[in-house]
Amino acid sequence: MARSVTTQHKTIATVAAWIVALLIFFPILYTIITSFKSEQEAIQGFSIIPSGTFESYAEVQAQSGYFKFFFNSVLLSVGSTILALLVAIPAAWSMAFSPTKRTKDILMWMLSTKMMPAVAVLFPIYLIFRDTGLLDSRIGLMIMLMLINLPIVVWMLYTYFREIPGEILEAARMDGASLWNEIVYVLTPMAVPGIASTMLLNIILAWNEAFWTIRLTTTEAAPLTAFISSFSSPQGLFWAKLSAASTLAIAPILIMGWFSQKQLVRGLTFGAVK
Amino acid sequence: MATQQTRSLARFMMAPSVVLLFVWMIVPLVITIWFSFQQYNPLNPIRDGFVGFSNYALFYSNPAFLQSILNTLTLVVSVLLITVIGGILLALLIDQPMWGQGIVRILVISPFFVMPPVAALVWKNMIMHPQYGVFADIARFFGAQPIDWFGQHPMLAIIIIVAWQWLPFATLILLTALQSLDGEQKEAAEMDGAGFISRFIYLTLPHMSRAITVVILIQTIFLLSVYAEILVTTNGGPGYASTNLPFLVYQKALLEFKIGQASAGGVIAVILANIVAFFAMRAVGKNLDK
Repeated sequence: MARSVTTQHKTIATVAAWIVALLIFFPILYTIITSFKSEQEAIQGFSIIPSGTFESYAEVQAQSGYFKFFFNSVLLSVGSTILALLVAIPAAWSMAFSPTKRTKDILMWMLSTKMMPAVAVLFPIYLIFRDTGLLDSRIGLMIMLMLINLPIVVWMLYTYFREIPGEILEAARMDGASLWNEIVYVLTPMAVPGIASTMLLNIILAWNEAFWTIRLTTTEAAPLTAFISSFSSPQGLFWAKLSAASTLAIAPILIMGWFSQKQLVRGLTFGAVK
Repeated sequence: MATQQTRSLARFMMAPSVVLLFVWMIVPLVITIWFSFQQYNPLNPIRDGFVGFSNYALFYSNPAFLQSILNTLTLVVSVLLITVIGGILLALLIDQPMWGQGIVRILVISPFFVMPPVAALVWKNMIMHPQYGVFADIARFFGAQPIDWFGQHPMLAIIIIVAWQWLPFATLILLTALQSLDGEQKEAAEMDGAGFISRFIYLTLPHMSRAITVVILIQTIFLLSVYAEILVTTNGGPGYASTNLPFLVYQKALLEFKIGQASAGGVIAVILANIVAFFAMRAVGKNLDK
């Protein structure tokens, strides 16, 4: 008796959850479906079975050189992440293992820089970039993305590093390990998972950043966010092409995101929810 | 001796992050504040110079300013309400035993990974388009007139899009918090005859309160600066109907070249963000003590 109630409960929960989940996922699903339609098909009303043509994908590449933007996105998100890690790892390491009275204040202050609205400094940044020739350059944007994500990277690394037991370091020190050996042989192997998660989350954030990447680029350094925004003033039939471009723009990060759900919670809540 | 060495090493290791962030925070902010007291127009430099607070006065007397503050707050509050309440309900649902929970989670979290311009364009053209959108198809199916979302209800349309982007985030974090709830406590409450509602009010909700706080604070930071979604859908219009503060500042600076007024708007945006940040920092700081 009790068992059948449980099964019934489970069935209801399953059906309800799947309906809600599919509704939430629907805009993405429908975009993927439409990307395999022809332009004529795309405007002929609702249908979920495409003819399976790849012509939109070919056209997106032929008309706008999609892969240049894609390449910029990869370069900017990975490049800015590596830069941020290089700067943040030493900082997080020292805060986690030799904390001082001010460590907490420094962490809070770093977080507070994240609260500054980007738009408030749009014009100064624009001027600085223009005068230093960094406007529409990949290196300039890479530095920009590094700076806006640096607080999150430091925080995330800090929460991971803090979980590494300090006794292990002490033991290594007692055995006469130098600081360098300590870092290379003891700390690094234990820190790698945390660094990898941080990297993953940061690539996602940098890939999707849609203020500076749009405003500080024109053609050369423009990543996918800028490319997609150019579809906001369409000419002619473009539904299938928009879908194809959108699918290509979100696919890599969607898949990465699926694998990093746990880290995402931790990273975006600064370790407050695990 | 060794500690002295370690300490200076620690300082040395922290320096790059601290210096970079300090420069990144202070230099542009000082320039913005300076410009906010200047008349500066790159296209018409004749009257450039110090003007005191008149930029603030101009910005304030501009009807678009109050509208934009109102829109900013409407957007933040509506999206918070939808995502927190929706997120709690959804987390409770997904937390139930079911088949394919992993896939449900993946489907629900997906919109969060969609970049803002894509989210906005997909909703604008595939879903809400008055002629070719899915909503229009549904309306026609029931014999109703399709709604021109961005013409008639621009703010509502943007709220729906932004809420769709952030509901997954709220759900995921609340679900994580929910799943860390002690099973024994739940069972004990059940044995004591507590119904679903009272279990929710006296056990689940208090347990989730910290996660809810975190969701509200983090979303507020991002929602105060929504930009791309407005740029690619309504472009702030019709009129100023869907212009928020960041968008107004952008318009003043890069479209009208009224740098002084834009900077004044920027300073106001900083003050607004700081009020929120004050509460955010206190809450996050408390979590750090634990």
